[in-house]
Amino acid sequence: MTGEVAVLGAGMHPWGKWGRSFVEYGAVAARAALADAGVDWRDIDSIVGADTVRGGYPGYVAGATFAKALGWQGARVTSVYAACASGAQAVGAARAQILAGLADVVLVVGADSAPKGFFRPAGGDRADDPDWLRFRILGATNPTYFGLYARRRMAVHGDTPEDFARVKVKNSALGALNPYARYRKRVSAEEVAASAVVADPLRLLDICATSDGGAALVLASIEFARRHGVAEPVRIRAVSTVTPRYPATVLDLPDIATDSAVAVAPPDETFRASIARAAYEEAGVGPEDLSLAEVYDLSTALELQWYEDLGLCGEGEAAKLLRDGVTALGGRIPVNVSGGLASFGEAVPAQAIAQVCELVRQLRGEATDRQVEGARVGISANQGLFGHGSAVIAVR
Amino acid sequence: MTRSRTPVVAGWFTGEGDGFRLLGTRCSACASVFFPREDAFCRNPGCPGGELCEVPLSRRGRVWSYTDGRYRPPSPYVTDPELPWVPYALIAVELAAERLVVLGQAVPGVSVADLAVGMEVEVVPGVLNEDAETTWTTWHWRPTGVGA
Ligand SMILES: [Zn+2]
Repeated sequence: MTGEVAVLGAGMHPWGKWGRSFVEYGAVAARAALADAGVDWRDIDSIVGADTVRGGYPGYVAGATFAKALGWQGARVTSVYAACASGAQAVGAARAQILAGLADVVLVVGADSAPKGFFRPAGGDRADDPDWLRFRILGATNPTYFGLYARRRMAVHGDTPEDFARVKVKNSALGALNPYARYRKRVSAEEVAASAVVADPLRLLDICATSDGGAALVLASIEFARRHGVAEPVRIRAVSTVTPRYPATVLDLPDIATDSAVAVAPPDETFRASIARAAYEEAGVGPEDLSLAEVYDLSTALELQWYEDLGLCGEGEAAKLLRDGVTALGGRIPVNVSGGLASFGEAVPAQAIAQVCELVRQLRGEATDRQVEGARVGISANQGLFGHGSAVIAVR
Repeated sequence: MTRSRTPVVAGWFTGEGDGFRLLGTRCSACASVFFPREDAFCRNPGCPGGELCEVPLSRRGRVWSYTDGRYRPPSPYVTDPELPWVPYALIAVELAAERLVVLGQAVPGVSVADLAVGMEVEVVPGVLNEDAETTWTTWHWRPTGVGA
């Protein structure tokens, strides 16, 4: 085991479309996390920012930007970018500094101001950039890939559009209970079926929006937490930031083709499954130990895929798990009790941190009417563009 | 004035009609195939590194999955905002010999209703868009059951 770090504080700015700077969302989340921890900003040894990529320089180089907004106090600074996995990488960087003895208490911040409509690549002609090429040659948006995965599940596992809609119904009911969620209205299966098709077979209400939001964590060494008077903190036991293994045989966003398996046999597990396995191995737990999971439901169908990749059920069994209520609040392994991306919309650099904030609330027993009874072990998982794995396991 | 026909990306495909092929590269040391082409380094982590030679890919494959775009994609995809948006299908095709999956647009007129996972398709030359001087060419996938 690598060693644990304590979570002293968690804070968020509500998700929405507020039209203000990401710096403001990050600062609000950071102040909330510091207040939750009872730690003065001036006592923070190190700040780690998860970068947004809009606005010229990546996130105005996020770590220092948040430090300036909170008031320069000389802390060590780190900025990381790993697309959707940026938040987990920020947690991973903070943990490494604490375990290496470089810092006792670290502030992790991610925030975003979302663009309108589809995510799109930065401007200019860049024929050597796969993210530019998939738009130029194919008009392949992010929902294109979600549609391909969903159709593949329908063909291989017999999933139906009704199964996908059931994910939205579950997550919207939970998001309605979460004051930080952007969408707080319950959605019916009929409403999903009546929404416009975006990328066949997925409809508007199957696909997550892009949102403004900010999330922050105060992490510390176990010794610092004890000195601070927190004897039994929520602890982070694993941070998985693995990359794929060659040949990657699942067509992955933003690629136009997979690797070829003609010379080297593909690995036994997919990239997503390897993300979870690395986290389980590091934490010394398995899927049977989980109390809850927060997964990256960029689409409804993708949430089902994560059930299998996390080992909550066998391959092809996810829709049944959902239909049986196993992943609902009150089920054996509730998934996305925060409401998930279905209720938040994605605020890229903040989202993986927000997932951990939900684990913290649940493990502390502070999640009120969406509380998972007796939560002891939680996992968050996502996959960032260009091959960035991300999973965090927190325990109490 | 006649427009010149120019591939939207150089070196990814070649030929006309039945001779049309996607072009990848193959490593002379480990036989790994790459599409889009790798010309500098082989990406097999266990390969000492060989020469990367251009190789045409199989003309036919089977549908791995498919979808469509019901909304106008953002730039750099080129569309005429004056014209109503006409959705097109996108097909991910598994090539058995190369053991890889390649994404592409379906030929115009083929919609998701015409497709099924496992269906045989073939690669054909297509037009992506035209501007004043240039017809930008690309590859399309066409079900083999459909005539030219
Ligand atoms: Zn090689």
